Amino acid sequence: MKITGAQALIRALEMEGVEVMFGLPGGCILPAYDPLLDSSIRHILVRHEQGAGHMAEGYAHVTGRPGVAMVTSGPAATNMVTPLMDAYMDSIPMVVITGQVPTWAIGTDAFQECDTVGITRSTTKHNELIMRAEDVPMAVRQAFHVATTGRPGPTLIDVPKDVLQNKMDWHWPSDAEVIDSLPGYRPNVKGHPRMIKEAAKLILASERPIIYAGGGILKARAAEALRELAELTGIHVVTTLMARGAFPDDHPLCLGMPGMHGNATAITAMQKSDLLITLGARFDDRITGTVPTFAPEAKVIHVDIDPAEQGKVRKPDVPIVGDAKYVTQEIIKAIKDLLQGGATQADIGAWKSRISGWREQFPLSYEPSEPGEALKPQFCLEKLRDSAPEGTILVSGVGQHQMWSSQYWKFNEPYTWVNSGGLGTMGFSVPAAIGAKVGRPDRTVWAVDGDGCFQMTAQELVTASVERIPVKVAILNNSYLGMVRQWQEMFYEERYSEVYLSPELPNFVQWAEAMGCVGIRVDSPEEVQPAIDKANSIDDRPVVVDFRVDAREKVFPMVPAGFSNDDVLLPASQNDRRSALK
Amino acid sequence: MSATQHHILSVLVQNRPGVLARVAGLFARRDFNIYSLAVAPAEEEGFSRITVVVDVASTPLEQITKQLFKLIEVVKITELDPRQSVERELLMATVRTSGVGGGGDNRGAVVELVDIFEGKIVAVGAEAVTVSLEGHPDKLDDFEDLLSGYGIAELQRTGRIALPKLDREARLRAVKGKAG
Repeated sequence: MKITGAQALIRALEMEGVEVMFGLPGGCILPAYDPLLDSSIRHILVRHEQGAGHMAEGYAHVTGRPGVAMVTSGPAATNMVTPLMDAYMDSIPMVVITGQVPTWAIGTDAFQECDTVGITRSTTKHNELIMRAEDVPMAVRQAFHVATTGRPGPTLIDVPKDVLQNKMDWHWPSDAEVIDSLPGYRPNVKGHPRMIKEAAKLILASERPIIYAGGGILKARAAEALRELAELTGIHVVTTLMARGAFPDDHPLCLGMPGMHGNATAITAMQKSDLLITLGARFDDRITGTVPTFAPEAKVIHVDIDPAEQGKVRKPDVPIVGDAKYVTQEIIKAIKDLLQGGATQADIGAWKSRISGWREQFPLSYEPSEPGEALKPQFCLEKLRDSAPEGTILVSGVGQHQMWSSQYWKFNEPYTWVNSGGLGTMGFSVPAAIGAKVGRPDRTVWAVDGDGCFQMTAQELVTASVERIPVKVAILNNSYLGMVRQWQEMFYEERYSEVYLSPELPNFVQWAEAMGCVGIRVDSPEEVQPAIDKANSIDDRPVVVDFRVDAREKVFPMVPAGFSNDDVLLPASQNDRRSALK
Repeated sequence: MSATQHHILSVLVQNRPGVLARVAGLFARRDFNIYSLAVAPAEEEGFSRITVVVDVASTPLEQITKQLFKLIEVVKITELDPRQSVERELLMATVRTSGVGGGGDNRGAVVELVDIFEGKIVAVGAEAVTVSLEGHPDKLDDFEDLLSGYGIAELQRTGRIALPKLDREARLRAVKGKAG
């Protein structure tokens, strides 16, 4: 029996195991929304297409399954560009379906027409315009295959309206057919055995090794393998912004986050290391500081599934193209073989004592507020952290609050931290938190947001209320674009240009309530705990807590742009002992 | 522009809409100019071969090559060393024969030049001829320089295509095989 392209699309999504999708209908995608009524797939109706994209990302972050979003043509497709790029930068598996004007109207500047595949060519891992209804199932299979294998990423299928309306004979392509249809796509999973052995030898020979764990550990679901490697060798682990939670913060070998706002120990340990065991990380400029001065004495083992990452920033001594989990397990085996064969690991005791010394002398710190003074954002985060139910997922926007979140939270479990790392998308947290809560309804989901970020996508809290998705939002509200303010204070002689938002407007409590959420305002330290307790006790609707925090607070440590990691700026209270950082 | 800066990439791709835009986009993103480009179906059905000549330093080219290879529709990339490859290009030009400023008649001189280069006269008009020449791009450069003295009205080159050189032994084996 013949079915329509739209029916084929929805059936194909079901066949791919899609349980939930995020979207907003419109003219050209209308035919696809009709069979959706009869589908098992839950559709979450957003208030802005960007929200659908970030929700799909949040969902993918916490479940590991591809997030799916469906929107119409033209402005809906252009509104999807930011989430696509965000997912591309952070290697998030996501499949986006956009409507397109009918095939006969393409290229005529028709109503709500845009060149979606052209616009999203450089923001997707792959995209495809489908011109025939019979091609729908294969396009869907390819999109899911490409999004979820190799280095994950977003894919997009652009479907003209008449393709959705036309009839086709249903055919579900086999795995072999899908792979044959993509002769240029053969991700390398296994890594080169000789390189793996070489890596094992280097690890055993190193006197100052560090495991540099990136987001690839989480993508490859390699947290257990990472832990085994660290414990087998006794080597300390730094977890990048994208890898927070990949190794437990409460583990004695965990040094936490390195980079521009990393802690001094993680930064310095990389800097002084003689071997960086790089697992699924990409030497981002926020990690390295100025590249020529980065970890100058370190040899580099670089495990990455993406060959284009090898040597992009730092030339590896041992490049290994492969899946982080598979390769880490193979490295463990190779180390065990060497040890059984009589090899011994170099003494790393002196190095570990140096690291312990740094940890003692350079903990994260801030000056607690004096009575009557403004609330400190770090204090709010500590309280949120200490009151959070087991397994709480933390989702942040972008800016100071994001860095404090990564610094002060304790991530002891993978997939409990969701943020926009590569693209740095303000407005990410509210929709991403909603997507995360949809993916993990059993977990408490806290979004930590800035007042600037919140105002970019807050309307999705209406979606959350209507769809009964009880996320919690903590706004660290300093009435400023805080990170920009920090840079203007430090590097533009306190000339504050266009960073002051407003201390009165919007009224976040009223706004939250207008969107069906519970709104709570917190001005003083005594109010913090009761507000958090109240928020944690509410489970039938979203909650927004407006923490009024000190605008003068800056994020430290800091490696300013263009500086070497050797010149990390410490909190004022630690400046007197900076000579110990060697 | 010295020829030594040229890098020749031979890119085997699935023959599908948008592939060329994806390939070109990786160069455009870095503001690298593509010097020449030739695209046509390859030996196997469903595939095309793109020969792209770019003037870039080796380091970014290595990175671009890796990123090109990430494109789903790119099947194979070879960087062709000019010393280890055979290159060809086709040129067509329409040359005025009535002489610059309307005086004199250059037709004989142009025909002689085409003869020397072993090119072809493709079309003849009252005041112009269209000529063609196939050969190594360097030879075409010389031809173009000499023609320009007569006044080139229009010129089109195809951009170079290239294949790896057969190594000497493989070539001789082939010849021997035929002889036997």
